Amino acid sequence: MNHTNIYQLRRGRRLQWEPVQGCHVILYPEGMVKLSASAGAILEQVDGQQNVSDIIHTLCQHYPQAEPSELVRDVEVFLAEAYDNGWLHLREEKHHVR
Amino acid sequence: MSADHASVVPSVTPPLWLLAELTYRCPLQCSYCSNPIDFHRYHQELDTQAWCDVLRQGRGLGAAQLGFSGGEPLIRKDLEVLVEEARSLGFYTNLITSGVGLDVKRVNALSAAGLDHIQISLQAADPDLASALAGSKKAHANKLAMARAVKDAGYPMVLNVVIHRQNIDQIGDIIALCDQLGADEVELANCQYYGWAFLNRRQLMPTRDQLKRAEDETRRWRERLQARGRDMTLHFVVPDYYEKQPKPCMGGWGSIFMTVAPDGAVLPCHSARELPMSFPTVNDLTLHDIWYQSDAFNRFRGTAWMPQRCQQCDQHSVDFAGCRCQAYLLTGDMTDTDPVCEFSPHHAALESMVEDAQVIRVLESGAIPRNVHMARQQTSTKDSE
Repeated sequence: MNHTNIYQLRRGRRLQWEPVQGCHVILYPEGMVKLSASAGAILEQVDGQQNVSDIIHTLCQHYPQAEPSELVRDVEVFLAEAYDNGWLHLREEKHHVR
Repeated sequence: MSADHASVVPSVTPPLWLLAELTYRCPLQCSYCSNPIDFHRYHQELDTQAWCDVLRQGRGLGAAQLGFSGGEPLIRKDLEVLVEEARSLGFYTNLITSGVGLDVKRVNALSAAGLDHIQISLQAADPDLASALAGSKKAHANKLAMARAVKDAGYPMVLNVVIHRQNIDQIGDIIALCDQLGADEVELANCQYYGWAFLNRRQLMPTRDQLKRAEDETRRWRERLQARGRDMTLHFVVPDYYEKQPKPCMGGWGSIFMTVAPDGAVLPCHSARELPMSFPTVNDLTLHDIWYQSDAFNRFRGTAWMPQRCQQCDQHSVDFAGCRCQAYLLTGDMTDTDPVCEFSPHHAALESMVEDAQVIRVLESGAIPRNVHMARQQTSTKDSE
């Protein structure tokens, strides 16, 4: 996965915390999917601003106990899956030096 | 859920879906309507405050998806208020409409109120057939204009066409029209036989040949669209009666779904009113008590109520013995196996009904239009039987 990719939720898709279910869900026309804790945490960072590398950086700060290589893999796998499910679309690439 | 939990009372999980049937009133008279045949008896509708209270309670219980339907929900002048309330509570709000009663101003008002999604129904591609099916001359042109207006407002254009014997041979034209309109998603939903559609099933059920041709045509369209790089999804829903395993109706009775009818009755699905049982209303009980404690919602939860053949079948955790309404309508016993199941003793009768539909003949009568006059007539015949 290209780490300069910037993803954004597609119109009509909404990420939301559901207190009764105790999890994040993604809502779309006439349907919803319950997300695992890690999927919810990753998707929360998908804001159409941060690229994949920014998201990994942010999550590393939020979860200092996580093994970085595993975290990178989790982010890549989940974002690819979310894109394939049609939840996300790809914005233009963003190149910048941190 | 695995099969070894058989006969154990299940733990009740929160609802995820709330369907708000705001009114049974409708300007159209489609003979395949799934509303109850005696809809005219429930004209005392919940008012705005009562609906807001239902929404708050439903959201509190955990429901996240909300459908506004009917009848025609646009008839309710307070629809925008209800959408705004629902959206602020965190519901994902879906409007299921015929498009009649919609204009550009209202599309924008609903969008401003936070409506997440709109689905518009069409009857046919041909304006004459569409007006004959809907019992309205003006509806079709307005639907097309509103489908475009919805897209202009930034929504995906999602169209629903109920498919049946009278329009199934024009499925190619229907898809072409949707393509030309710029639809993003088209649901070609074969009619299911509940309510008025059950009454009119002889006039509505397609032949096996018609069904096959329609499926082939849909497949050809999918290929054509893909070749053009056109992103329009076609969903084709086969009628139940042609299946061998029943559908897992509503994901299981009282499992994820609840409907609040126009008068406040709370139902496990929008057809359940046809069953010989009574349902609690929001005028008497809270949604919480209804969902967790009412006899109506507990009646078909778990497996203890199932006939022996279903209890012993390894599919009962997949299809939940099928649809209760279909079992009742076809066998007279709502606790029986859904006759769609090939192991039901009534499956042969269902098959002969399907066989009967294979003969194209002029029926002695046309389909009965869904309107108050016919509702009164139908229910008074029933009462005097």
